[in-house]
Amino acid sequence: MQKFILGKKNHITIVSAILIIIAYVSKLGFKNEPIAIWSLIIASVLGVIPIAIQAYQALKVKVVSIDVLVTIAVIGAFIIKNYEESAIVTFLFLFGAYLEQRTLNKTHSAIKELTEMAPEVALKQLKNGEFEEVEIEEVDVGDILLVKTGAKIPVDGTVLTGEGHINEASITGEAVPVSKKKDSGVYAGTILKNGILQITADRVGEDTTFGKIIELVEEAQDSKSEAERFIDRFSKYYTPAVLGLSFIVGLISRDIELAITILVLGCPGALVIGVPVSNVAGIGNGARHSVLLKGSEVISDFSRLDTMVFDKTGTLTIGNPKVADKEIYADNVDEVLAYLSSVEKESDHPLAKAVVEYIGDTKSYTVEKTVVVKGRGIVAHVEGHKVAVGNVALMEQENVLLSEKVRGDIARFEENGNSLVLTSVDGELKALIGIRDQIRPGVKEDLQQLKKLGVKNLVVLSGDNQGTVDLVARELGLTEAHGHMLPEDKSAYIKALQERGQIVAFVGDGVNDSPSLALAQIGIAMGSGTDVAIETSDVVLMNSDFSRLPHALGLTKATANNMLQNIIIAVGVVLVLLASVFFSEWMNMSIGMLVHEASILAVILNAMRLLRYKL
Amino acid sequence: MQKATIQLETLTCPSCMQKIENGVKSLEGVNKESVKVLFNSSKVRAEFDDEKVSIKDIENSIDKLGYEVLKSQVKKI
Repeated sequence: MQKFILGKKNHITIVSAILIIIAYVSKLGFKNEPIAIWSLIIASVLGVIPIAIQAYQALKVKVVSIDVLVTIAVIGAFIIKNYEESAIVTFLFLFGAYLEQRTLNKTHSAIKELTEMAPEVALKQLKNGEFEEVEIEEVDVGDILLVKTGAKIPVDGTVLTGEGHINEASITGEAVPVSKKKDSGVYAGTILKNGILQITADRVGEDTTFGKIIELVEEAQDSKSEAERFIDRFSKYYTPAVLGLSFIVGLISRDIELAITILVLGCPGALVIGVPVSNVAGIGNGARHSVLLKGSEVISDFSRLDTMVFDKTGTLTIGNPKVADKEIYADNVDEVLAYLSSVEKESDHPLAKAVVEYIGDTKSYTVEKTVVVKGRGIVAHVEGHKVAVGNVALMEQENVLLSEKVRGDIARFEENGNSLVLTSVDGELKALIGIRDQIRPGVKEDLQQLKKLGVKNLVVLSGDNQGTVDLVARELGLTEAHGHMLPEDKSAYIKALQERGQIVAFVGDGVNDSPSLALAQIGIAMGSGTDVAIETSDVVLMNSDFSRLPHALGLTKATANNMLQNIIIAVGVVLVLLASVFFSEWMNMSIGMLVHEASILAVILNAMRLLRYKL
Repeated sequence: MQKATIQLETLTCPSCMQKIENGVKSLEGVNKESVKVLFNSSKVRAEFDDEKVSIKDIENSIDKLGYEVLKSQVKKI
């Protein structure tokens, strides 16, 4: 019965609107008082039923809700036979709730888009080997599933047979389809663009990466900041306090009308909803733009940021060293490069990999008597020649003569931020190769934007030598650069900044810098949707997209401002209403309810502006 | 212990949250610390001891408050 009435709330709202119109037409048009009064009485009784039910349910679990205040006010108005007020107040309250629901749904739309990408069905292999469509809940780890072209991957799994291209935008933000074949990992919520795959389920439901992202965003939207917790505590005592105030005013002044007006005016609607609704809209905007913000505390800290600290490799730079400069001191270039490539293939050092990749397809020689000299390089025999590949120290050890010209080249290469690989054949220097990590394209512009948004210091910390770090800092216009830093040095540096009262964000790749990510007020992981990145940080930039950083900062600033505006609207409205009830003639219950509902809509609409926020 | 995730019809008023939270917490066998009502996604998360209380009991308690349960998932933890 209760549920039936609550379900018909919207119908009741329409009926009471019609009754109120009838009342006014008959009163003003036909001077027919009885019909007007009875219409208003019916509208009041009908309208108050759903509100009273909600009030009763709230009181049962010991909550003095707005419904309680309104129900008492309407009953009070009824007792003093002010049917006009009681009818209009109930109507406005119901209509306001309807509008509130409609607009609130809009602020949830960003999250809806995300959750609707969640797979719902899967083609599961049965015992007889055939595939049948089942609900996603019926899929367990280890099941074999069939995915056809155009379908969503239902679980996190591994490709068993088949090949195809998958759009992984829902996980990584990257729209270019990724090729998958046997043993490739696939993720729930991504879409198979072409081909057919059979996959084994490794993780299902909320354990999948996609499930975790959704859970994270959902919890973030309901997380509470210091300000919100304060408002929560406040409104817990506020509504009973309003009830008490109206009771006392009623007793002293013997004016029931005044007492019930206070009840209506004191409703804390906009205050309760104003801050969370900004929060939801802000986080929703982020989710839509590949920025995962983990809650409102993060928004508040991030918006007041002083210093942003970056890890170098993999964050400011691509993290994949490449050959940038080379000098060959020989005529038989191809042969020297072939020797070099053959020797470097023996090593898995990152610099060796860069060299092999750079030289590409070439003659492959058999390498014998390979000796790895720790911290220096490799010495080996190729085709009867003694080949040494390594740094300057290795050349000195091998008694290779470095001419004036070569020394000049070395100095120039180092100045450009290169790591050096020298090659000698039979004690004679043949090649000098400079390898360096490339700066991510667009990073410079992004950093300038961050500065414009008010970040005071941009700092780079790296384990590389000071020269390389300085070079990156100069090229990108950073304010400070520190090299030779171990992970514990980085976190000590952040701690020192914090002790000086700064709010610090750390941007890293989420794996080796987790102490710093955890220590900084805002840990920002350049994750590709990996578990570690999602769990240890406060903000996740999906697909390692550095260019989302200015958007993230701008968005948190806009969201924090929006919350402040909403608090001002809400508190302002309540103060003005309460003041006017004592100091003005025109204030009554209906106007109070109208202003109250309008202020709720105002804060929701204000928050909705955040959904469209763009830097 | 089991962990339940219960999807409700769209919640509309923040005070519903408190009602549902208090309602679920008052059940014997539900871990009070774990009860979380997510207003924006209209979900309830709670951990409970399945020897003392069943998922049906929890669903009924929410239903009795006037909120429709759309579906629920239970996972062993």
